[in-house]
Amino acid sequence: MSRHDQSVTTLARIVAATTLASLGTAAFAAGADLGQTQKQATNWTAIAMFALFVLLTLGITKWAAARTKSAADFYTAGGGITGFQNGLAIAGDYMSAASFLGISGLVFANGFDGLIFSIGWLVGWPVITFLMAERLRNLGKFTFADVAGYRFEQTPIRVFAAAGSLVVVAFYMIAQMVGAGQLIKLLFGMDYLYAEILVGTIMMMYVLFGGMTATTWVQIIKACMLLGGATFMAFAVMLQFGFSPEAMFAKAVEVHDKKDAIMAPGALIKDPISAISVGMALMFGTAGLPHILMRFFTVPNAKEARKSVGWATTWIGYFYILTFIIGFGAITNLIPNPANYFVDGDVSKGLTGGGNMAAVHLAGAVGGNWFLGFISAVAFATILAVVAGLTLSGASAVSHDLYASVFRKGRVDQADELRVSKITTVILGIVAVVLGIAFEKENVAYMVMLAFVVAASANFPVLFMSVLWKDCTTRGAVVGGFVGLIVAVLTTIGSASVWEAVMHYPKGSAWFPYNSGAIFSIPAAFITIWLVSILDHSARARKDRAGYPPQEVRSETGIGAELAAAH
Amino acid sequence: MKNDLAEVIAANPQYVELKHKRTAYGWWLSLAGMVAYYGFILLVAFDKPFLAQRLGGGVMTVGMPLGVAVIVFTIAITWLYIRRANTEFDALTEKIVKGVLK
Repeated sequence: MSRHDQSVTTLARIVAATTLASLGTAAFAAGADLGQTQKQATNWTAIAMFALFVLLTLGITKWAAARTKSAADFYTAGGGITGFQNGLAIAGDYMSAASFLGISGLVFANGFDGLIFSIGWLVGWPVITFLMAERLRNLGKFTFADVAGYRFEQTPIRVFAAAGSLVVVAFYMIAQMVGAGQLIKLLFGMDYLYAEILVGTIMMMYVLFGGMTATTWVQIIKACMLLGGATFMAFAVMLQFGFSPEAMFAKAVEVHDKKDAIMAPGALIKDPISAISVGMALMFGTAGLPHILMRFFTVPNAKEARKSVGWATTWIGYFYILTFIIGFGAITNLIPNPANYFVDGDVSKGLTGGGNMAAVHLAGAVGGNWFLGFISAVAFATILAVVAGLTLSGASAVSHDLYASVFRKGRVDQADELRVSKITTVILGIVAVVLGIAFEKENVAYMVMLAFVVAASANFPVLFMSVLWKDCTTRGAVVGGFVGLIVAVLTTIGSASVWEAVMHYPKGSAWFPYNSGAIFSIPAAFITIWLVSILDHSARARKDRAGYPPQEVRSETGIGAELAAAH
Repeated sequence: MKNDLAEVIAANPQYVELKHKRTAYGWWLSLAGMVAYYGFILLVAFDKPFLAQRLGGGVMTVGMPLGVAVIVFTIAITWLYIRRANTEFDALTEKIVKGVLK
C-alpha cells in the first residue's frame, strides 16, 4: 500500500493516543482530540467511497425536503421516527470519529486504560433512561427549554437555555470541525481548508433542506456503516485467534513493549478526584447535550422514547467493546509487521500518521485497500453527521427559544419561525467553517470535555430540578444554571490542560488542580438552584410552584402531550 | 392541561401508585448503575493490584472481565427498566388516562 510506504519526516503528528499516555489523567480530558496531523498522499479509494456516501445522503435529503413543510417537520421530523431508528441516530450522534479512532488508538497504546475510558462514556445513558427520557417526551416540543421552562417565566429561562445550548454546541462544533480538517489531511490527503468548506456546505444542505428528517437518516446510515465496519474488523481479529480472547491477549502481551502492563490499569488515572470528576461530567453531561435531548422529541410517545435510549445504550456499549477488540487487534496485527505500519519501520517511532491511525491501519491489514478506504470514508462521514445534528440544535435554540419565545413573546407564526431557523442554519454553517479555520493550529483537546462539563453543570441541573423538584422557581433555575455555567468554564480554563497546554502559562501555574471542574460545578449549580428557590418569595415564585402539580401529572402520564405533538 | 383535570389525576390512587413505583424503580436502578461505575473507578484509583491479578494460568486479568461486565451491566439495567416501564407502568398509565378522560 502506497500510503503505508510513505516515509515520514517528523514526529510532530504523533497525536492524541500517544500523547495521552504521557499526560496521565489529562488523557481523559483529551481523548476526543485528533491533534495536529500531516497531509498524506491522496487516497482516491477513500474519496470515492465518501463521494458515494454524500450522493446517497443528498438523495435522502431531497426526499426529506419534500416532507419538511412545518416547523415541527424541521425540528423533530414531525415526531414520526421510531424508537429503534432514533436509538441508532442517538448512537450515531455519540459515536464520533474521535471516539472510534481515539479509543482504539488509546487501547493500542495502553491496553486496559482504553476500556476505562469507554466505560465512562457509556454510564450516563441509564440515568437518562430512568429519570429523563419519558419526562422529556411528555413535556417537550422542540427544544429542551420547552421542558426546563414548562412552568417558568419564559424570557429568563429561554435566554439561559439558549446560552447553555449555544455554548455547548459551539465548543463541540469547533472540536468536530478541527477534527474534520485534521482527519481529511490524514485519511484523504486533501487540504484542511477544503475539508472545512466541504463539511460546512454539505452539512448545511442536509439541515437546510431536509431538517431533522434528513439529519436523522444521515445519522442512521452513518451509524450502520460504522457499526458494520467495526463489526467486520473485530470479527476478522477474533477469527485469527479462533474466537479466544485469551489467545488474543496472550499474543498482544507477547508483542507489545509494555508486556502484561497492557492487561491492567496504568497511568491513565493517577488522581481519584479527577477520575470521579471526569466521570460525573460524562455521566450527567450526556443528559444535558442539546443535540441529544432534541432527539427525544422526534419519537411519537414515551414508550418509543424509552426504546430509543435502550437501543442507543446497546449500540454504544457494543461499539465500545468492538473498539477494544480493534485496539488489541491492532497490537497483534501491526506490531509484528513494523515495516508496513510504523515510521521508518521502527515501532518505537510510532504509527505512520500518528497514534489515532491504529484502527485505519488495521482496516488495511484485515480488509485490504478498499476496506481501508471504506473506514476512512466512514470516519469522515461521522463528523459530517455529528456537525449537522449540532447545527440543527443550535438553530433551534436561536429560532425557537430566542426569536419565537423571547423576542416575539410567542406571537409568531410557524412559517416565520421556520424562516429564522433556516437563516440561523446558514449563519451557523458559516461560523462553523470560520471557527474551524481559525482554530486549525490550536489545541482543541479540552473543548469536547468543556462541552460536557457545561452540559452537566448548567443544562442538566436546571432540567433535572425543574422537572423533579416542586419548589424550584424561575429565579432559582436561571441563577443556578448560570452559576454552573460560569464555574464550569472557569475551572476548565484554570486546569492544566487549558492554562498550561493552551494558554502557555508556565508548567505548574494552573490554579485549578484537577482535570475537570465537574465535581465542583455540578454541586454549585444544584445548591444555588435550591438556595435561591427557597429564598424566593416573589409573586412569580408562587406561580412557579403552583405550576408544578399539573406539570408533574403531564410528565408522568403524558396527558396533554399528544395534543402538543399533533401540532 | 387544565388545572382541575390535573387535580383529579393527582388525587387518583392509581396515579399515586404509578408515580411512587416508577420513581422508586428508576432511583434504585440509577443507584445500581452508579455503584457499579464508581466502584470500578475507585478500584482503578485505589487498588490497581486487585485488577492486575491473573485469572487462571493465562494472561487474563481480573480487570478485563470486570470492565466488560460494567458495560454489559449498564446495558442490562437499561433494558430492565424499559421492559417494566413499557408493560406494567404503561398499562397503569393507560388505566389512569381512561379513568379520568371518560
